[in-house]
Amino acid sequence: MEFIYNPWPWYVAGPIISLIMLFLILFGKTFGMSSNLRTMCSALGAEKFSDFFKFDWKAQIWNLVVVLGAIIGGYIAYNFMIIDYSVDLNPNTIAHLKLLGIENAGSTYMPDELFGLSVLKTWKGWFFLLFGGILIGFGTRYAGGCTSGHAISGLSNLQLPSLIAVVGFFFGGLVMTHFILPMILSNWFLI
Amino acid sequence: MKFLKFLLLGILFGIIMTKAEIISWFRIYEMFRFESFHMYGIIGSAIALGVLYVQIIKRFNIKSIDGFDIDFPPKASGFIRYFLGGTIFGLGWAVTGACPGPMFVLLGNGFLTVFIMILGSVLGTFIYGLFRDKLPH
Repeated sequence: MEFIYNPWPWYVAGPIISLIMLFLILFGKTFGMSSNLRTMCSALGAEKFSDFFKFDWKAQIWNLVVVLGAIIGGYIAYNFMIIDYSVDLNPNTIAHLKLLGIENAGSTYMPDELFGLSVLKTWKGWFFLLFGGILIGFGTRYAGGCTSGHAISGLSNLQLPSLIAVVGFFFGGLVMTHFILPMILSNWFLI
Repeated sequence: MKFLKFLLLGILFGIIMTKAEIISWFRIYEMFRFESFHMYGIIGSAIALGVLYVQIIKRFNIKSIDGFDIDFPPKASGFIRYFLGGTIFGLGWAVTGACPGPMFVLLGNGFLTVFIMILGSVLGTFIYGLFRDKLPH
């Protein structure tokens, strides 16, 4: 039982993720989560605005079912498989975030300063969440995939375009983490 | 119940993303600061085993459960769309700590503000669709 409640190490998580990809392949599908965002656009009627959304989105319902499962799985794990909802971070990470104004880093999964319900009282909280999402949606569709579609599925099939995309993921991520995010966070409590 | 197997795989995905803390904003921040091996171990081992599975399927011509050939369509060649699109997604990944899969898992964990992020990502996809013909690929 101890194993269920403790955080699962990388050598359990990585192999299970690759098994999820393997099963989807054996079911005749592919592992790629960002495609769902395009499916949702089409289901909401976006085909009236761009031919990009004119496709047989009903053939992608299986992937929306995976998303539904992901929400349920998150609910099950949170409510029945975790006692201590904290993250054992590197002390350097915690100290660095404290300098930027994020208190108690790792005491829960997400910083309350950015994701707590109280952020909805401020325009910057809405902007942060909405604009962050826009970058994800725009970037993944432009690149044609995300961490699952390019990093896991694409690299497993030794695709050069996926390698370029993954290099881009890390380039963007490093620029954000080392240059932009410190600027945002150090001004977060001033604006 | 042809969708049941996909629901179960999704549930497994949600559990693993939560239990291995992959959905945690802090873990992504720590990863991009190179202060933990955790995320690299996860992504690296998933790819290493993935390469093995794909090679086995190709080498032994393994069929899908419906009896069809499994083909792995190559990604269209190009550079700009992959690097520029990848970079834009990377900026979003690092600022929100989430990818298109984990953000739904976060919703299941009870982080309701993430719903705005999900709306944003659908909107971002829509904006791409509107301007696709004008973007360099």
